[in-house]
Amino acid sequence: MSQTSPIVLEAHDLVKIFHRGSEDIPAINHVSLSIREGEFVAFVGPSGSGKTTLINILGCLDNPTSGKLSLDGRVVVDEGRVLSESALTKVRRDIFGYIFQKFYLIPTLTVQENVLLPFTFYRKPGADAEVGRILKLLGIDHRKDHLPGEISGGEMQRVAIARALINRPRILLADEPTGNLDTRRSEEIGELLKGLNRREGLTIILVTHNPALANIADRIIELRDGAIYKESWSSNREA
Amino acid sequence: MINIFQVAYKNLLRKKARSALTIVGIALAAWVLVSLLGFNRGYEMSLNRDIDNLGFQILVTAKGCPYEAATLMLKGGTGLRYMKADVVAQISKEPEVDEITPMLMQAVFDPNKGESGGYSAYLGVDPATFPKMKSFLEFKQGKWFTDPEALEAVMGYEAAELEQREVGDPLLITEKNVEVKVVGILKRTGTQDDGTIFLPLKMVQKTFDKTDDLTGIGIKVKKEASISKLEDKLYQLPDVQVVSMSQVKQTIMTLVSTAKVMVFSIALIAILISVVGVVNTILMSVMERLQEIGILKSMGATAWDIFKLIWLETLILCISGGVIGAFFALGTARLTDVLIRRLLPYAPSGGLVQINPSLVLLTFGIVILIGLLSGVYPSWKAGRVRPLEAIRSQVE
Repeated sequence: MSQTSPIVLEAHDLVKIFHRGSEDIPAINHVSLSIREGEFVAFVGPSGSGKTTLINILGCLDNPTSGKLSLDGRVVVDEGRVLSESALTKVRRDIFGYIFQKFYLIPTLTVQENVLLPFTFYRKPGADAEVGRILKLLGIDHRKDHLPGEISGGEMQRVAIARALINRPRILLADEPTGNLDTRRSEEIGELLKGLNRREGLTIILVTHNPALANIADRIIELRDGAIYKESWSSNREA
Repeated sequence: MINIFQVAYKNLLRKKARSALTIVGIALAAWVLVSLLGFNRGYEMSLNRDIDNLGFQILVTAKGCPYEAATLMLKGGTGLRYMKADVVAQISKEPEVDEITPMLMQAVFDPNKGESGGYSAYLGVDPATFPKMKSFLEFKQGKWFTDPEALEAVMGYEAAELEQREVGDPLLITEKNVEVKVVGILKRTGTQDDGTIFLPLKMVQKTFDKTDDLTGIGIKVKKEASISKLEDKLYQLPDVQVVSMSQVKQTIMTLVSTAKVMVFSIALIAILISVVGVVNTILMSVMERLQEIGILKSMGATAWDIFKLIWLETLILCISGGVIGAFFALGTARLTDVLIRRLLPYAPSGGLVQINPSLVLLTFGIVILIGLLSGVYPSWKAGRVRPLEAIRSQVE
């Protein structure tokens, strides 16, 4: 990643207000930011700081109350005007891959079948050729015929990552990807994400409570009360 | 590679017991449906065959005369009324008549029959016309008498069993003290012929001193002729009543229709229960998988993709249930026959439950339709799940 890489995600003055009864709760408070291709960004902050809400909006899983969001130069949301659900589905499958704290693997499908699951619905041209490479890249090719119940939690998260990568997304969104894993497995997943970013040039947006994991990112954005509180560049960032 | 069918199928494997129970429910409904449709078909076929086996479509009797042996027995062998033999000649003139056969029924009290005596029914028939009209009657032993005045008898299967007679044995007509020789014993027919003792008409007329009298005239109508037209003409004759087999069939069908309504209600209830069961199963599995469906949507699955997946799961359940139920119905057709026979006021002989391929196909059609219909709501609901649901649940 370099300062000259194109901007892949740009958010301007995002606001999200939740309504609870007659009370309005601002979850996101005038957040503006841009992310360049190949960047590794981590959102950190205490519970309730709005980091999950923010990446849901950035990942087109939720709509902001106001503000503007552009992906790859295309305006997705502008002051409450949102794309149709089917257009959003296209944006999600073209741009994003998602991983979550829970792995959501289908227990009766093998590792390989779980990874191929997105192909049931949509296949990006040329994605087929990637399958073997991705399984190998994530170190699960020797487990491909096992059922999820037969592999470890760390391996399950690798399967979930492989599934997110199978359609070659532009951006990988990871919401607490190590939340269910012990320290050692968390480190492994951290290393893996770092490798994907550094070697494959994959843009990664990460939300985490885990400071060690956040530290592998190029850029750490700390949120408080729905607003950007502090932004820092990690020391290991390449020029 | 993996396709949507595999995904749907493997989803169902996740809760094996639940899927299996749902399939059993559908199989039961399919079983009931196939059996009842089979019954509906078989009953009418058997009834038509039985009525054809009576040999005549119209029976003319003297007004007020019982025309069934059973009625005669109930009345204690009395109540017979007679018409004059010349009616036969009169009816023969009608152009619709194909064949005609005169009969004289008599009942005699036999003190040796059973514990306290009973009635024996004798039917005098014309050897020239009656065997021809009832050509389907088969003999276990012997054959018809040929001489209209011979002291000979042909016994129905049950009558012969009851009297323990074989061909060549003598048979005494009590009261009249006339002894006849048994020349033939019929095979079982499942009709009232089984309990009848057939004697030559003229001999009965002479023995009972009814030389010019008849109790019944059987008429076979020409194939192309109208039965109802002939009936109308017969009603014009004085002092006779006309019993048409189409009427008898109608009466039986009316009696049976009550039972039919009952069994079809059972089928309808079985289907409704299985529909509710399917909807419940699929809806439950959708609710349990909300988050997963959210993930599928974030992977690029459209609402229609999810709808198809859930619909396919419903269809797999229904088709499996349908296949099992249909085969089960084929396997238990005989048992069903026995069960239904007990429910009915009148059951014809022969197979009551007739299952054929088109019936099985019809049932598959119905079961698939059930699947498609009951899958709509859960599938639609699943399709509407937003990908955000997947993440929301994590906040909990």
